Amino acid sequence: MSAAAPLGSALPAPARGARRPALRRFMRHRLAMFGLAAIVILVVACAIGPYLSPYGPLTIDLRHRFQPPFLGPHLLGTDQLGRDLLVRLLLAGRISLTVGFAAMGLSTVFGVIVGLAAGFYGGWAGTALMRFVDAVLCFPQIFLLLTLAALVSPGVLTITLIVALTSWMEVARVVEGQIRSLRERDFAVAAEAIGVSDTHLMLRELLPNVMAPIVVAATLTVARAILLESYASYLGYGIQPPTPSWGNMLNNAQEYLTSAPWLAIVPGIVITLAVTGFNFLGDGLRDALDPRLDIHR
Amino acid sequence: MIRFLIRRIGQSLVLLVLVSMIGFALLHLTPGGPLSQFALTPGMSAATLAQISHAMGLDRPLPIQYLDWAGHLLRGDWGRSYRDQQPVLDIIVSHLWATLELMGSSSLLAIIFGTWVGVLGAIRRYSIADYLATIGAMIGLSIPTFWFGLVMIYIFSVWLGWLPSGDMYASGHASFIDYLRHLILPCLVLTLVTIATWSRYMRASMLDVISQDYIRTARAKGLRRRAVLVRHALRNALLPMITIAGLQLPTLLGGALVTETVFTWPGMGRLFLDSIGYRDYPVVMGLLMFSALLVLIGNLIADLLYSIADPRIRLS
Repeated sequence: MSAAAPLGSALPAPARGARRPALRRFMRHRLAMFGLAAIVILVVACAIGPYLSPYGPLTIDLRHRFQPPFLGPHLLGTDQLGRDLLVRLLLAGRISLTVGFAAMGLSTVFGVIVGLAAGFYGGWAGTALMRFVDAVLCFPQIFLLLTLAALVSPGVLTITLIVALTSWMEVARVVEGQIRSLRERDFAVAAEAIGVSDTHLMLRELLPNVMAPIVVAATLTVARAILLESYASYLGYGIQPPTPSWGNMLNNAQEYLTSAPWLAIVPGIVITLAVTGFNFLGDGLRDALDPRLDIHR
Repeated sequence: MIRFLIRRIGQSLVLLVLVSMIGFALLHLTPGGPLSQFALTPGMSAATLAQISHAMGLDRPLPIQYLDWAGHLLRGDWGRSYRDQQPVLDIIVSHLWATLELMGSSSLLAIIFGTWVGVLGAIRRYSIADYLATIGAMIGLSIPTFWFGLVMIYIFSVWLGWLPSGDMYASGHASFIDYLRHLILPCLVLTLVTIATWSRYMRASMLDVISQDYIRTARAKGLRRRAVLVRHALRNALLPMITIAGLQLPTLLGGALVTETVFTWPGMGRLFLDSIGYRDYPVVMGLLMFSALLVLIGNLIADLLYSIADPRIRLS
């Protein structure tokens, strides 16, 4: 590792030639492929699955209350009201995945803006911005999330905003560091010398070179956003029933742990699958896009 | 050393000021702001509220209010709980130990086993065991902690009936053995998260060290592989882990909060959740500030220890 090339040595490499080995590395990354497959299957299932099922999310089937998985007409079993667990899981997935993606989008945009501004302009303001980022990072994310969630009326939109508000800091840090070092490089100095505007320099010259770490951070942010949403909803501060989310399906599962354990176990497996998928994908992307690893393979 | 010490403490003080400003801003975001205790009381007229507001100095400019609030914070006056009028700091400190016990015991487990797994992964790089450890760590980081807690309760309390499902002591007989029995499950759940991160960083750090020249020199002069690994490589690989331990503190604290809520462990996390439920904003804000302070101090201590253990970083 110590013999690695200087940071970002291959970043401004010729765009086209350099992308293909990255793609090849990515395709060869078995875990990343598994993660991608898991995400695609989950997204497709959540999108079209509910239409294929004879049961609605709120259909109450009193003859089959507490039906265990695989032991009756309902594939994954039913809850205390006889509602079909599979349909509810898929509909909850729509909400949870949407929150995950939307929170990722918001926090990435915000983090990139902060990081770009701080890294590009630097100086007193840049330092102040980054110290602010450090200060926010001192608060455990879950404490911050729950405090904010307790202050607002819970809902899909507010929980998305709150998750985004508590997870933009790492992207900002990554971008700031990269931009600060890229600014000193020849191509940036040259662009500045021929008199391009600051905006052009930032968005057209510097930002494309930081896309790789941003994509990696964004992927991992989806994973964390899903976890945060599920925890807030589990505690009752996130998405409120009857709107199902993976977290609030676990909400009252604890009291049925003795009589109907699948109500607690099945949604957790799905959350784990989704989060693992995004984590594997992010890891694979990091390996594929980080040119420093080239030397070691 | 002195210069490093002064610079590092200065940085922490700047962060402390920023952290307190964020805390102050959050306090004013609460419905009714610092007045919420009175604003939420039924039958409170606007005139009375204005009077109380004036008495509390809330009609002064915000910077003055901030300085006043921060001054009280420094003197240990963190306000009083809405629920029982106890001083906030006393309540927090009385819940602090339970959390520290949970964090300490699980960190101990995670450090011992995480180090072992990480070192093994590094010296047998790309072996099946290494792959399994990597995949295991990724899954460990992906499992929702609270759900893992539920599954553990189901397996060990409901199904096997071996361990209690919550609280710190069974009512009636409060013995040390009983305490340990209650500690096992939450400790294991919290360890899952910590061990995953720790083993991955340990592996990276160990890989970094064993590619160094002095390791090859030690091997070349005929030292046994084991002696080189333990005395030369491991000792150096553990150094940067001091910083990692400091950086992991917010995650560890957050994980403890989650674990406590599932196992009704009477620590800060449980207090936090109870206080949110009661809209007991002084305690919520106090806990937020307290945990940030804990993280800040933890990081400072980690950095100072690191600079003592590895003098090279003081010069850079």
